[in-house]
Amino acid sequence: MSQTHRIDAKLSAGQVDRSRTLRFHFDGVAYAGHPGDTLASALLANGVRLMGRSFKYHRPRGPISAGSEEPNALVELRSGARQEPNTRATVAELFDGLTAQSQNRWPSLRFDALSINDRLNSFFTAGFYYKTFMWPASFWEKVYEPIIRRAAGLGTLNRQEDPDSYDKGFLHCDVLIIGAGPAGLAAALTAGRSGARVILADEDFRMGGRLNAETFVLGEASGADWAKAAVAELASLPNVRLMARTTVVGTFDHGIYGAVERVSDHLLEPLPGKPRQTFWRIYSKRAILAGGATERPIAFENNDRPGIMLAGALRAYANRWGVAVGRRVAIFTNNDDGLRSAVDLAAKGVDVVAIIDSRADATLLPGIRHLRGAVVTDTAGRLGLSQVTVRHADGRSETIGVEALGVSGGWNPVVNLTSHHRAKPVWREDIAAFVPAGGESGLAPTYVAGAAGGDLSTHGALVTGNEMARRALEDLGFAARPSDLPRAEDAPVVLQPLWHVKGAKRAWIDQQNDVTVKDIKLAHQENFTAVEHLKRYTTLGMATDQGKTSNVLGLAVMAELTGKTIPQTGTTIYRPPYTPVALGALGGRARGRDFKPFRLTPSHKWAAEQGATFVEVGYWMRTQWVPRASETEWRQSVDREVLATRRSVGICDVTTLGKIDIQGTDAGVFLDRVYANTFSTLAVGKCRYGLMLREDGMVFDDGTTARMAPNEYVMTTTTANAVAVFRHLEFCRQCLWPDLDVQLISTTEAWAQFSVAGPNARNLLQKVVDQDISDAAFPYMAAGSITVGGLRARLFRISFSGELAYEIAVPTRYGDAMIRKLMEAGAEFDAVVYGTEALGVMRVEKGHVAGNELNGTSTALNMGLGKMVSRKKDSIGMVLSQREGMSRDDGLRLVGVKPVDPADALKAGSHLLKTGAAATVQNDDGWLTSLVWSPHLGHYIALAYLKNGANRLGETMRAVNLLAGTDVAVEIVSPHFIDPEGERLRG
Amino acid sequence: MADFMLKPLTALGQDAPVVDRIGPWTLTERADVALASLAFRRGREAELRDLAKGAGLPLPPAARAEAGPVWAAFWMTPEMWMVEAPFASHEDIRAHLVAVFAETASITEQTDAWVRFDLAGAGLERVLERLSNFDLRAAPDGAATRTMIEHLGCYLIRRSAALVTVYGPRSSAGSLHHALVQAAKSVV
Amino acid sequence: MIINHPILGPRDAQEFVYLGDASLIQRPDGMTASIEAFHDYTYLRDNSAGPHRELWYHEQGDRSWLVVTRNTLTHEILKVELARDVARAEGRSR
Repeated sequence: MSQTHRIDAKLSAGQVDRSRTLRFHFDGVAYAGHPGDTLASALLANGVRLMGRSFKYHRPRGPISAGSEEPNALVELRSGARQEPNTRATVAELFDGLTAQSQNRWPSLRFDALSINDRLNSFFTAGFYYKTFMWPASFWEKVYEPIIRRAAGLGTLNRQEDPDSYDKGFLHCDVLIIGAGPAGLAAALTAGRSGARVILADEDFRMGGRLNAETFVLGEASGADWAKAAVAELASLPNVRLMARTTVVGTFDHGIYGAVERVSDHLLEPLPGKPRQTFWRIYSKRAILAGGATERPIAFENNDRPGIMLAGALRAYANRWGVAVGRRVAIFTNNDDGLRSAVDLAAKGVDVVAIIDSRADATLLPGIRHLRGAVVTDTAGRLGLSQVTVRHADGRSETIGVEALGVSGGWNPVVNLTSHHRAKPVWREDIAAFVPAGGESGLAPTYVAGAAGGDLSTHGALVTGNEMARRALEDLGFAARPSDLPRAEDAPVVLQPLWHVKGAKRAWIDQQNDVTVKDIKLAHQENFTAVEHLKRYTTLGMATDQGKTSNVLGLAVMAELTGKTIPQTGTTIYRPPYTPVALGALGGRARGRDFKPFRLTPSHKWAAEQGATFVEVGYWMRTQWVPRASETEWRQSVDREVLATRRSVGICDVTTLGKIDIQGTDAGVFLDRVYANTFSTLAVGKCRYGLMLREDGMVFDDGTTARMAPNEYVMTTTTANAVAVFRHLEFCRQCLWPDLDVQLISTTEAWAQFSVAGPNARNLLQKVVDQDISDAAFPYMAAGSITVGGLRARLFRISFSGELAYEIAVPTRYGDAMIRKLMEAGAEFDAVVYGTEALGVMRVEKGHVAGNELNGTSTALNMGLGKMVSRKKDSIGMVLSQREGMSRDDGLRLVGVKPVDPADALKAGSHLLKTGAAATVQNDDGWLTSLVWSPHLGHYIALAYLKNGANRLGETMRAVNLLAGTDVAVEIVSPHFIDPEGERLRG
Repeated sequence: MADFMLKPLTALGQDAPVVDRIGPWTLTERADVALASLAFRRGREAELRDLAKGAGLPLPPAARAEAGPVWAAFWMTPEMWMVEAPFASHEDIRAHLVAVFAETASITEQTDAWVRFDLAGAGLERVLERLSNFDLRAAPDGAATRTMIEHLGCYLIRRSAALVTVYGPRSSAGSLHHALVQAAKSVV
Repeated sequence: MIINHPILGPRDAQEFVYLGDASLIQRPDGMTASIEAFHDYTYLRDNSAGPHRELWYHEQGDRSWLVVTRNTLTHEILKVELARDVARAEGRSR
């Protein structure tokens, strides 16, 4: 097909490069366009007006705009994994090889079976779902919703993984200027020339805004040429960053803006390594909003046919893209700007057959049939406009054959970004439009310039752009140089509001959500008259375009119905994002394996060589178990690791435990206050188990803390709470006791720390450490500095498994060599490495509490550690742990649980009930917190919290799990399943 | 004494530091710097500053880094600096510092808590602006800040217009390296 | 949000961890205060619509705890102080 609707280049060259041709496909048909085209302008150049079907009624639709406000011309861009639904053809930059499909139609765009909905329109009015699909309730999810979802809606997802990458980043500037039309360019020139750091962002691929779409002259140059020169000057300034194809989508607190840069959307596919889009977080000291204005339509019967457009869009297609949407056109307007469209189109050789002007007293435009006091009452044309019906001032009707109709109801300043901060726009009667709330908010000084602020002439845009830049510069202490603004048109706004043609019913207000005048009337009739109700009842403005062309129209109609003024009726507030944002852009690089960082333990490389299975613990990757070739099931590996450790010796990487260096002359006093038990009396060279409470008396964390020197302790935290404990200690140090002499720093990552446990632990370690570590020289709970082959190291004689055990630490870079050395030295003892599973089994066998017991609702008393809470000193949580409800003798206590029949399997999460008691909440006496298979004992064992548990040892109970359907007879025992007297660890 | 020596690995798990060349930039893993935190004890700040001066150890003001002939340091908190020294001569850096500062300071070895990457080359702001919210373009030489890079708490030091140092948590060296490389590739 | 750190200047609120009401600085003495006093300290907060003094921790920064006076209706930040200075001014010491 040829570009039948491209205007002769001699009349309107536009800003497309006609020397080059771009090939593209729409719904499988091949077309041609030029660089500089959008998909919409190229399709219109090829005579294609029909681009989609409407949301609810499946009415044929074409574009009504030439910008991001477009409600109708949504397509699926690209194919395969890159297919992107709901892309606005009016902003999709044309590239060679582009493919697009229309959406929301079946089987084809021209013949859509569901257009039957249009005939059934009386059923599909506002509130239709609420009224119709009410009963039975069970039908909603299974029957109604799937049907509705299939029938209504827009594009489809391809369900394939997006092959492209996205990026994010952070930018800083003195002045952010949003929009590069005449106001934004004037502001950027003033700000840029002063030396301030400026970012100028514009959603279009060509900067200049409306200057590219108009025939204005600025000084001696055309508007487009002036814009091009301004952009060239700005590009030469090192302090100015020009960001085309970048939409500022949200305003956030204190000068932070979110922006999406479409880095590669204008290419067939991104260049290697480049992202498709980048999401920028922009920190600005001042912002100037110069986002322009959006033309609004007038509602009349059947005003949604392809070919009916905003008048300004019709002239933009002619001026910027050299496209005549129709050869015979008419203009329907209530203001003088509509007349300008007629003049521009006529100058491009388009046959403007009539201007239908609702104003009886409009100044007569010579040379074109100007019908004053007339309105459009109806239209015809099945898949595109073919004629309009006009009612003249005298009441007579006339039909006029046209291919396109330009509609102008006036211009709305783009207030979106200013209302993201809840600043309610204010109504300006003289231009019949909302403008941003006056002045700057105290939060984020934002200035508004040009049409966005209600200054709708080019002169007004240049002047306010310059002025707002000067104000911003003055705020920031920059000296603005004198400006040299060119002469430009300064036409006043001459407008008599007309929102909808009286008597119209199926007159579209919100074309994207198929909301008509009739729906507004129904909402009024049913008393949903408040704007927020109107919006939600009719879905007005709730589509992806957020009602950019429809909101004001809708509430103006409601104002008429209620007899109120528009400011009395109010307006809804826009929210981020300004235009839809791909989730991929928000995710940035954080996808798949890169979703979060990993932390690797010092023995990771060795463990990976052994084929270890890893488990994610926060960001950490810990060895879970290390299977041997003969082992096919995880329990075989874990049982072997446990038994080998208890029989001889096992090694475990415990680097992940939090370690905090606590120094200062008050370090001991400080520890006394943050731990429930006492540390100031701990001897140098010894360590002690510490219990840390929250102020509410619940247990916060636990771990061993060693005194390395009189003023130096090393605290250990659980892996999970390492960060939270450090934060808490800083709070205590800075906010509660600011004059204590205490200094803190985390050393978690500095040391590779290994637990060496089992009867042969000492024999193994003695082979690698340089000092005597006999029981006499290094007794139970000793701690100190040692050397390993001359290398500085630390040794702690502590045990989590109940065995004779040590933890040995070397600087992390030696951790890999250390695990290898330990395994080499341990070969004669059949040493094993054990993972987190075996660690868990052994701590349950020994009756040590861990995460499952430290659940945030447990007290020291619950854990059987009540005596650790010293009342001889003040400590966090000491007072509230004494509350009556938390210190009951018959409260929950930690107990051990084992099946009466060792062959019985227990289920995690089972609850404990008295034998014979019904399984009800009232009879619930407690629950299993941790459950493991003990290879040492040959049956399942568990830790449990049990009411009055300390006095119930020996009792037989039921362990019931209603989810798993199990009910097992169990015996309540001591939680110390092995070596209750602790002889092994002192050995 | 046992007759063996443990062989160190770099933070990226290699025998030798990793060097990547991406466009105009060179990213170098550094394993040759020893680190220790140095905090003054309560009421000992003046003494500590005198001792530091005598030892030629700079104590830069907030948000800054300074280097002397042997010692360098950057500011961490209102009472604490991170001290840098050559690893070859100062592996046991804490012992060196304790000899200087004795009980005026709390000193903790930090060498292996961190992985260090140096990114060198013109225009490296373009790489860092995709990773950190720190305004590197406006920062003077010697600026030092803690900053978040892909969820990791890092220290970022601007040595010059064409050289920055990133210290990140050593256990996440691989993730941080990946982030730096990917960002550089996306703007090359 | 941007918090104007007394030492480091404007920093993104993303770098901070929020704790809550700055009244948490006024912890009673555990050796003399009653359970009731601790109950009030631990659980009772003013829920002000307007200026609110609250604790923020610069976790991804210099580890300073800050007292930020923020208007909860507008997010305007009226004052930022080092919590340690505030605590001392409120009579806390050792």
